[in-house]
Amino acid sequence: MTTFEAILLTIVTASTPLLIAALGELVTERSGVLNLGVEGMMAMGAACSFAAAVTFDSTLLGVAAGMLAGVLMAALFALVVLGFAANQVGSGLALTIFGLGLSGLVGAPFVGARRDPIAHIDVPTLSDIPVIGRLFFEQDLFVYASIALTILIALYLTRSRSGLTLRSIGENHTSANALGLPVWRVRFWAILFGGACSGLAGAYLALVYTRFWSPGMTAGRGWIALALVVFAAWRPGWLLVGAYIFGAATVLQLHAQAAQFGVPPQVLSAVPYLATILALLLLSLRRGRAVGAPGSLGVPFVPDR
Amino acid sequence: MFSGKVFGAVAGAAVLALSATGAFAQAKDKIKVGFIYVGPVGDFGWSHQHDQGRQAIEKAFPGKVTTTFVESVPEADSERAIEQLARTGHDLIFTTSFGFMEPTLKVAKKYPNIKFEHATGFKRAPNLSTYAAKFHEGRYITGVIAGKMTKSNVIGYVGAFPIPEVIAGINAYYLGAQSVNPNVKIKIVFANTWFDPAKEGDAAKALLDQGVDVLAQHTDSPAPIQAAEARGKFGFGQASDMERFAPKAQLTAITDNWSDYYVARAKAVLDGTWKSEDTWGGINAHMVVMTPYKNMPDDVKKMAQDTEAAIKSGQFNPFKCPVVGQDGKEIECKGQGALSDEQVLGMNFYVKGIEDKIPQ
Repeated sequence: MTTFEAILLTIVTASTPLLIAALGELVTERSGVLNLGVEGMMAMGAACSFAAAVTFDSTLLGVAAGMLAGVLMAALFALVVLGFAANQVGSGLALTIFGLGLSGLVGAPFVGARRDPIAHIDVPTLSDIPVIGRLFFEQDLFVYASIALTILIALYLTRSRSGLTLRSIGENHTSANALGLPVWRVRFWAILFGGACSGLAGAYLALVYTRFWSPGMTAGRGWIALALVVFAAWRPGWLLVGAYIFGAATVLQLHAQAAQFGVPPQVLSAVPYLATILALLLLSLRRGRAVGAPGSLGVPFVPDR
Repeated sequence: MFSGKVFGAVAGAAVLALSATGAFAQAKDKIKVGFIYVGPVGDFGWSHQHDQGRQAIEKAFPGKVTTTFVESVPEADSERAIEQLARTGHDLIFTTSFGFMEPTLKVAKKYPNIKFEHATGFKRAPNLSTYAAKFHEGRYITGVIAGKMTKSNVIGYVGAFPIPEVIAGINAYYLGAQSVNPNVKIKIVFANTWFDPAKEGDAAKALLDQGVDVLAQHTDSPAPIQAAEARGKFGFGQASDMERFAPKAQLTAITDNWSDYYVARAKAVLDGTWKSEDTWGGINAHMVVMTPYKNMPDDVKKMAQDTEAAIKSGQFNPFKCPVVGQDGKEIECKGQGALSDEQVLGMNFYVKGIEDKIPQ
């Protein structure tokens, strides 16, 4: 394996949890709900997936438990912001703090436990192709799932009737309600979907990326996922690109240090964030075109009576 | 509200009573010891080891000492947490991160009858001691092992931040390797975090991808050594024994042992003999402990054991003079035959042979 291949492989690992979490948030936000609790849901996903995987010695059950934890957290959030029309920013922040704390409690008995790496899917002969072989045909299942999920969400939002409903509710919930569209129901499912994705991203962190659990191991990745949604202008295709740029910048700065390029690591660590700011800047310059945040994003829906 | 006030008054009276007895009687029958940790006790590194020390106190004085701890205290907000322990009747308070230095000093001045101890700092007061461990002694030994074990002649180091403690560790590791293998090269990556397992793992993978086959780390999670294990390479545990995460890769681990020190300091408060002082103990003081040498040939093991013995007896110092800087000039020797403690604690240069620059 050449260094180049090795670098590409680590970039994929670094990008995947960001992509999965951001995809869930993208769907939630397209329905008009801003959930800042991604970090907390991810932390719970990581803790619960690892706890279940170790207890039952099953990665599959671990993944299921991680997603379930994300869904339950999201349901709590849905109750507060849909049921009580609470402020979404405040509720989301509370969800993050709650999730980080609770994950510490759930995971405490599992500190110091370890899991073996999960098997990579090896497509025979295809994986022998130089460079792209290992990159495309010898990844873990999560990587393929994340790519498939990106495509499915893109198709869902642009090609399906229910995707169109979800987008129209996100753009203007008052009109959508007047048309008889089920605002609450769609948003509820969108929030749960976001929770499942965050939980899955957390499971990836604990079961594939690090293979152990420790408090605070999400280390701000939930916030990066939130930024990526903005970076991608709420479009799945761009989200994929953004997540991989971010993962690449993170991994490349480490390689630049190891190769002694002589660039201060603090500067290189900042590159992904600078890229986000640059993207936001470019985005705002072409705001004239119809790309931007969903119209009702972050606004509680209270129907007229 | 009302009950809160009553509780506060009672607690206040209790503190007054305690400080009053403290002023007259030297020895005490019962004490409360408090701890402030910067990370979670489950970090499996730094804070975890301090908590082992706390538990050792509980075991050493059953019924006489009660302990409490506050974990994951942000350095910026630590004054409140420290003062909280001071107000709730603690006799001895340990604060265990460099960033807690100023807040600890401030609270210590406010509560002269309470004893404070700050780890890795340099500011003292009549009721504030400082303590730290000479981790670089252990790092020199790991360097000797790395120099012998490397086949590619490229060894690696995952650093947290380019601060003196980490720089001294890198230098000691490299000097150790160079002492047994003049051709050895070192590659260094700073993760710019003490604790982000995923990123630490990525840093380790980057080094392994660049041809490193023995990896040392100065960040707090087991992720780097785990990455070495996954690639069939070698590494060293950091702060805690990380063998369970890397049974084939861990050659040894540099572990922090605060237990003896913490028990001794609690005893000093019980006996009324506590004094403000500075402690910087290494292998000799049993504050830095090497876990059993494994996964290496017998001759390398012997070499590591001999080095450890020489450091322990004081015959050898990792920074014995002459120490040569990257520019080929000797570093002025301010200690006796070795760099002085101050020079090591403030180390801001790489030694000759390291082909990298310290990030500014």
